[in-house]
Amino acid sequence: MHELSIALGILDVAVEQAERLGTSPVLAIHLKLGPLSGVVKESLLAAYELAREGTPLENAALVIQDVPAQVCCSGCGVVRAVLSIQQLYCPDCGSPPARIDGGRELEIVALETEP
Amino acid sequence: MNPPIRLVEVRQKVLKQNDLVARALRERFHAAGVYVVSLVSSPGAGKTRFLERVLSLLRPRCRTAALVGDLATDNDAERLARAQVPVRQITTGTVCHLEADSVEKALAGWPLEELDFLFIENVGNLVCPSSYDLGEDLRLVLFSVTEGEDKPLKYPTIFNTADMAIISKMDLSQAAEFDRETARRNIQAVRPGMPVLELSAKTGEGMEEFLQLLDSRRAATSGGLSKEG
Repeated sequence: MHELSIALGILDVAVEQAERLGTSPVLAIHLKLGPLSGVVKESLLAAYELAREGTPLENAALVIQDVPAQVCCSGCGVVRAVLSIQQLYCPDCGSPPARIDGGRELEIVALETEP
Repeated sequence: MNPPIRLVEVRQKVLKQNDLVARALRERFHAAGVYVVSLVSSPGAGKTRFLERVLSLLRPRCRTAALVGDLATDNDAERLARAQVPVRQITTGTVCHLEADSVEKALAGWPLEELDFLFIENVGNLVCPSSYDLGEDLRLVLFSVTEGEDKPLKYPTIFNTADMAIISKMDLSQAAEFDRETARRNIQAVRPGMPVLELSAKTGEGMEEFLQLLDSRRAATSGGLSKEG
């Protein structure tokens, strides 16, 4: 269970960015999360509820956008989303990946503010 | 009608700080000419026993040291110290994994230039360590024959972040009715192409093969790991 430290990390980054950008009150933090990040979405959302209390962003929600794990196939050369992270090969031809092209994301992409 | 909102693009990795420290560590390791291997596994998979054996076997031919992470106790450090190499314990308290920062702190004052290999034994946990880069050159994931062949399918992320899989306690494989083909197939499903070694730290089976692999990996690492003298 390291989601609490991840939640605190998210708040650190978001608070710093909000201050830097001088935005009006932040309504939500938008996060991209991949299935190979090692972070469980439900646990992270629960941990975030605890972590945000008493911080400058205690009224900001956490909005998680799931992104798929993708592989670039060594056979057909095409980037495709895998069927599951237990089957990390090309869903079409079954070849092993030349590289993993997505799925490790744990990244703040935007802050949502009042207009 | 949706209420008006404004999105301010940020794009920043949450673990950026850890990644930065890990990158600096990796550069420091390469500059010092030390090849760094980390070990992850569930508790009881045999990391410490394996490492004890590796350190003893390497001692006559090169200079090694180890960092070992645990929630509490320094039992593992004491066990590893029997191999008569420098060992430091990182006690993480309630934290379930090592971070680059904890490795950096534990290295304070250690002359890395005098080492050929540094081993970092992570806290026994197959979940949390997967998110944190420690600056290592090679990440080993161990699982023992008594844990079941489907371990890779249950913990795909940690296998995905590892560079090599070690199946440990092979001396017990018959008693555990271990199905090596299934285990290997499962590893390849979550991490296609990953090298797999079967060994037993108790009988020594597979240990020499591992050491040879380690030597060739170290030799192949760019950044001039060869040292004078």
